[in-house]
Amino acid sequence: MPFDFSKIDTGATAWVLASAALVLLMTPGLAFFYGGMVRAKHTLGMLMQNFMTIGIVSIVWVLVSFSLAFGKGNGFVGDLHFAGLQHLSEVLPGYTGPFAQVIPPMVFVVFQLMFAVITPALITGSTADRWKFGHFVPFIAIWSILVYGPVAHWVFSPEGWLFKKGALDFAGGTVVHINAGAAGLAMALLLGKRRGYPKEQMRPHNVPFVLLGASLLWFGWFGFNAGSALGANNLAAYAFVNTNTATAAAMVGWLLVEKLRDGKATTLGAASGAVTGLVAITPCAGFVSPLGSIAVGLLAGAICAYAILLKRKLGYDDSLDVVGVHLVGGIVGSLSVGLFSTLDTNTLGADGLFYGGGWKLMGHQLIAVGAVAGYSFVVTLIIGFGLKLFLRMRLTPDEEAEGMDLVLHGESAYEFGNITGGGGGLGSVGQRPESVSLGGPTAPTGVQA
Amino acid sequence: MKLVTAIIKPFKLDDVKLALETFGVHGLTVNEVSGYGRQKGHTEVYRGAEYTVDFVPKVRLDVVVADGDAANVVEVIVKAAATGQIGDGKVWTTPVEDLVRVRTGERGPDAL
Repeated sequence: MPFDFSKIDTGATAWVLASAALVLLMTPGLAFFYGGMVRAKHTLGMLMQNFMTIGIVSIVWVLVSFSLAFGKGNGFVGDLHFAGLQHLSEVLPGYTGPFAQVIPPMVFVVFQLMFAVITPALITGSTADRWKFGHFVPFIAIWSILVYGPVAHWVFSPEGWLFKKGALDFAGGTVVHINAGAAGLAMALLLGKRRGYPKEQMRPHNVPFVLLGASLLWFGWFGFNAGSALGANNLAAYAFVNTNTATAAAMVGWLLVEKLRDGKATTLGAASGAVTGLVAITPCAGFVSPLGSIAVGLLAGAICAYAILLKRKLGYDDSLDVVGVHLVGGIVGSLSVGLFSTLDTNTLGADGLFYGGGWKLMGHQLIAVGAVAGYSFVVTLIIGFGLKLFLRMRLTPDEEAEGMDLVLHGESAYEFGNITGGGGGLGSVGQRPESVSLGGPTAPTGVQA
Repeated sequence: MKLVTAIIKPFKLDDVKLALETFGVHGLTVNEVSGYGRQKGHTEVYRGAEYTVDFVPKVRLDVVVADGDAANVVEVIVKAAATGQIGDGKVWTTPVEDLVRVRTGERGPDAL
């Protein structure tokens, strides 16, 4: 069916285009959120994984992933009708009747692309400091095709089986956060612990970066959630207000736990709590009331402040708490839809338990949570392990000690003009740059000490 | 000549420098150093995980003075650096055999 371009709402189109740009900014924001938490010698390694994800997924999305996510196909995966972004003068399958879009299909493509970009980028927090770039890059490309495409189809596309079942996910609690969280857990297990974890000191090297990154995420998230209304309308306004309110409440919730448990409210905790709120409100943003969003935020902040302790009890190294924040936060948010969703906010939604809707919606939400987490975990393991047969996955212990920045990228994150000129701290005193042995590409020989 | 070395709290550097200037000491070398004594380190908590930081930031200050001034310089530093709290640091002196001013080649106390 051809898309009727005369029905386009220009306000909606402008807002969704702007939202796409806002969501793009979240991935560099995430890079700094994570980059500040790692040790100084791994900073560029972390920034590069996130930034490169924009490069890889943007291309794969155009080639096939968009079509797999939003093509007709069957309930489980789309077909290749839109591969290479062809046929985009047609109505996207399922977007008819109450779901009819008032923005050009190509606008929807680029808005959804940004979600596809940040989702695999989220994984990099659990795998910090040890994943080889050469294994990471093909992993991301394949993951976008085999995991993100199908899962987005299940939940977001009106042709998907979870969408048809009645599971609600406004902006990606399952597709983005539970998906990335389960994949992060799988990759943390497959890679093993960081060298020296948990004995060695691995404090964040730049907490201001973390807060800056969290702020960029918060800013960009207005595009993520309010843009998901796909219109410049009252629903977008609700999503915007709910997003901000839940984020504020989650920060308060997390810091209350820290104050009572650890004695001090920390900057890292404020940043973490805010991100937790953003995660949890994502599936709820266009379905709950502003009062409901306070409850969602408080719950998410307090629960996740405890969930991050799980990794030490269970003994895995989810380095920057992708499981504790995104998997658990995503679950809290997705199930909160079952509790706090109300038709007063969105007539295309449903009433949750607290609004007289009974347990029916909660049942759908539980199925969506389980299906997405299970599929993502298993297929991620298969992709990671499969690639490992051809490509080395992990840095060697020596390379890990030297740091990703030098070994993988041949650079240093920080150069403060000290007397040795190498930025390498005490280890490189008296050495000229040419004599520093690098695991990766060698440093330019013209550099003066 | 004597080398007076002091390890002090970083925020006391300005007070010590001013006191030494007032006393008549015109040159000073400082370093940012890390260490611990009876104060031990401190703990920091990140996302509920406690880290013990053994080495605390301190300032190390080196100044070469004439034999007759050494005792007074030590006293000036101690007085200016003291807060009465644990972790105030230490001051010690060591004998210096020779000293040369690089620009002029002057030696010994003349080079001070």
